[in-house]
Amino acid sequence: MELFLQQVVGGIATGGIYACMALAVVMIYQAIHHLNFAQGEMATFSTFIAWTLLAYGLPYLAVFPLAIAISFVGGFAVERIVFKPIEHAPVLTHIVVFIALYSIFNSAMGFIWDFSIKTVPSPFPPGRFLGSNLISNHQAGMIAITLVVLVLLFLFFAYTRIGLAMRAAAANPDSARLVGIRTSFMTALGWGMASAIGAVAGILIAPLVFLEPNMMLTILLYGFAGAVLGGLTSPPGAVLGGFIVGIVENLAGTYIPVIGGELKLTIALALIVGVLVFKPAGLLGRRIVQRV
Amino acid sequence: MATTDDASLAKRASLPASVDVAEPRTPLLSMGNVGLALTLAALLALPFFTEGFFVFQMTKVLTYAVAIMGLNLLTGFNGQFSLGHGAFFAIGAYTTAILVEMGGFGFLATLPFAALICFGFGFLFGFPALRLEGIYLALATFALAVATPQILKLSPLEGLTGGVQGIYLFSETFGEPPVPSWAPVQSIFGVDEFDAGTYWVYLVTVAVVVLTYWILTNLVGSRTGRAMMAIRDNPIAARSMGVNAAFYKTVAFGVSAAVVGVAGGIGAASTKFVAPDSFTFFVSVSFLVGLVVGGVGWLPGALIGGAFIVFVPNYAEEVSKGLSGAFFGIFLILMIYLAPNGVGGLIRAAADRIRRRSD
Amino acid sequence: MTFRRFTLAASAAIAVAAAPATAQTVVGVTDDSIKIGNIMPYSGPASAYGQIGEAMSAYMEMVNANGGVNGRMIEFVSYDDGYQPPRTVEQARKLVERDEVALIVATLGTPTTSAIHRYVNARKVPLLFVATGASKWGQPEEYPWTMGWQPDYATEAKIYAQYILDNVEDAKIGILYQNDDYGRDYLGGFKEGLGDKADELIVSERPYEVADPTVDSQVISLADSDANVFFNITTPKFAAQAIKKADEIGWEPLHLLNNVSSSVGSVLKPAGLEASMGLITAQFLMDPTDPQWADHPEKVEWEAFMDEWYPDGDKTSTFPVQGYSESATLIHVLEKAGDDLSRENIMAQAANLNGFRAPMTLPGVELNTSPTDFYPIEAVQLSRFTGDTWELFGDIISSE
Repeated sequence: MELFLQQVVGGIATGGIYACMALAVVMIYQAIHHLNFAQGEMATFSTFIAWTLLAYGLPYLAVFPLAIAISFVGGFAVERIVFKPIEHAPVLTHIVVFIALYSIFNSAMGFIWDFSIKTVPSPFPPGRFLGSNLISNHQAGMIAITLVVLVLLFLFFAYTRIGLAMRAAAANPDSARLVGIRTSFMTALGWGMASAIGAVAGILIAPLVFLEPNMMLTILLYGFAGAVLGGLTSPPGAVLGGFIVGIVENLAGTYIPVIGGELKLTIALALIVGVLVFKPAGLLGRRIVQRV
Repeated sequence: MATTDDASLAKRASLPASVDVAEPRTPLLSMGNVGLALTLAALLALPFFTEGFFVFQMTKVLTYAVAIMGLNLLTGFNGQFSLGHGAFFAIGAYTTAILVEMGGFGFLATLPFAALICFGFGFLFGFPALRLEGIYLALATFALAVATPQILKLSPLEGLTGGVQGIYLFSETFGEPPVPSWAPVQSIFGVDEFDAGTYWVYLVTVAVVVLTYWILTNLVGSRTGRAMMAIRDNPIAARSMGVNAAFYKTVAFGVSAAVVGVAGGIGAASTKFVAPDSFTFFVSVSFLVGLVVGGVGWLPGALIGGAFIVFVPNYAEEVSKGLSGAFFGIFLILMIYLAPNGVGGLIRAAADRIRRRSD
Repeated sequence: MTFRRFTLAASAAIAVAAAPATAQTVVGVTDDSIKIGNIMPYSGPASAYGQIGEAMSAYMEMVNANGGVNGRMIEFVSYDDGYQPPRTVEQARKLVERDEVALIVATLGTPTTSAIHRYVNARKVPLLFVATGASKWGQPEEYPWTMGWQPDYATEAKIYAQYILDNVEDAKIGILYQNDDYGRDYLGGFKEGLGDKADELIVSERPYEVADPTVDSQVISLADSDANVFFNITTPKFAAQAIKKADEIGWEPLHLLNNVSSSVGSVLKPAGLEASMGLITAQFLMDPTDPQWADHPEKVEWEAFMDEWYPDGDKTSTFPVQGYSESATLIHVLEKAGDDLSRENIMAQAANLNGFRAPMTLPGVELNTSPTDFYPIEAVQLSRFTGDTWELFGDIISSE
């Protein structure tokens, strides 16, 4: 039982990483109704910017918002420059451009900052959280910030005009245009916000896994998995999904003999696919009814 | 049913809305057929004019082309996403490797097995895929791709797969695929014993490309193909007309996987080594890139897509070693700007224009 | 398994039978140039190692600026394989068949080099000083054209095993290993070194995948197994994570870290120097951040090299050190070969290193090879991390 609890708590700790990224995934999904494969690299890029600013000697409290702001502008710009011209191209074309962006960001980061691992400091005091072996102060702080971002996002989408407009633009662009929403601008805004949340995720994750160009390679996948599991239309679902992925993965690694340790990720993914088969919209997502 | 809905549906399914469902039979000497005949002639003539390395590279291009055609059947003609076809490529490659090494098979004889086994896996994977659409299917298949290398090196399967070490093919001849005695490759092309294997695999690959193209074109033109496309264009209408969507979707998945599996088999024979690290999810990603570059829903585009994924990274590396990935990405984006519906889209548009002028 | 052994034996027989007696092949050599090929992961997940290739390119430029080797300029062609074995095959064939290089040097990684192992041997192209420590690079009978360079993983692991047997009472060993060729090599060697006691002493083994974001949960469960010895078989990023995590949760075992990740600059510093205190590893290269080498003439020369020829390189990383030292070994071989730069003679010279001292290897390390011994470096020395530097202890352990 003790081992079980430990693995669950440990899973929550790692799940915090996934939850953080899953939020960014949900954000971009709200904006473009698709997953952005370059999102991890963009978040890593933001983290490198933060790292560079810190290296210049700026205080953390200034760097954090600054990096987020830069990322917002960057995400906005990427949409305007890269995606605006192919607005009407098929979705698959967009996916391929995501792949291209992934390649560009990854390669550029390696070129600028090289591939050796870098340390990003934590804003929280070092040490274990409440004396627990399983969660450090940083991990607890990261989970707290994730929850704060979650609440902010929820408020944004539910109560602000612009948040509602953004949802409308993504869900039904034609009708949204008819009621006077600048859908194209909303998309760009969504990119900016996704990029900003990605920056938060990156800066918080980096102290745990170390910063290098491939930092987000698989974390993004876990983020996808968490978001899809929880429901791509639901920020709370995404966070919950992230935690569940972390816990399931840990338990699989501990309790399934022989293959458990080697197939942690596979088992977690298989479970998610299983859940999706029975609940295609995810745990907390809305079922999207397609009208004919 | 409003027309705008139709268009957006087609867009959502990521397809050029202009793919004709039931084109009248084209005459034998159409522009397209002449183009295909010329392409085939060029492929057959190629080994006479180049050296072993280029033949090897072209084998790679054609291997990708076969895989892209397989993916195209699923995505282009049936509207199902897959980011996980690298898994079937891996299964095909391992099937060939295991049969060659442990079963003493000739490489050619393993390909039907690769097809069969991958059909089975693909068909089975088609069932959960039935319940998943669009982005969810994309994630499920992506998960498959990510899990592939881990499953391949699983220790309980080590006896079969060679575990983390992988499998060398053609041990008996120390790595060169043996050329069957009825194929006088050496004398025809005037090459040494090393290159004979390379040329032999190339010729087999050309044959597989032709065969795959022939089978898939016929399939697409058949009743089954029309059913698949009907499901792609409007699943609800198709279903209400009595098309058994579940059956056609799983079959499309199976056939698509089988084709990719054969490509995997050839890939194993030309690389002569399979290992888990060879089948990361980048393989699936490159298929997708090739598919989109060549043109979704246009089978010959596979050749262009294959060439793109083999040659463009090499070119990008020549431009800059440190920034090769960035240049690859930039080339890819430029390509997309130039031809948002793939090269297939460009050619189709050009053909339309010519046809209209001649009418 | 028996089947594999059979095929190995069979291929060995063929390779031996097929070796011609006298034919000399000179490829990639002119009166004023030698063409040398190299394959590195400059892109993809293993790109950190690309520094080895960059350092080698820089070294060759330096050699050329100093008049080349016996008057011949070196044309160093280094390609990127992104750590994908099929791409390694493509690049190797390009080097051999299109660029027609005299030899290939220092390909990086076990799966990638495995993919071309047979190819270069079938074509009889020297594949020298591969930058991987798998033990399979030293099989001159089956693979007379492939040679390793660094101490092989299994041997290194055996040294740790011996150290535990000699120094730790009631050892309870927990192992974290990367689940691939490299990790399994270490694991296998380690168990062999422990012998009959392996089952009794090892209390926990946890694999991780390169795809795992962190190894935190593995480290926690190893600590839970009450292990008092931690054998850490990880690549740099995961090593740093494991060291940091073990320290964070207050687990203080005897911590043995594989040499792969012993770089102070790129592993221990990020992990935390304090947290790294007491780590034990086996070394064969001078760590560039280690103050005890500051005035060593080879180190001074290396610094000058880095400043002039590879200013972008990371001076705290061991990768440029390895690239530098491997390059020096290769140049030594080419110099010895003199004007007979046939592939046969290059291979023969590589297999005839008599106590060559590659710069920046630890004092006392010599490179020895013979036609039956294809492991150039077989000596390591244990060292302990004091909090700011590695401190060598004990004798140089050689398995020659």
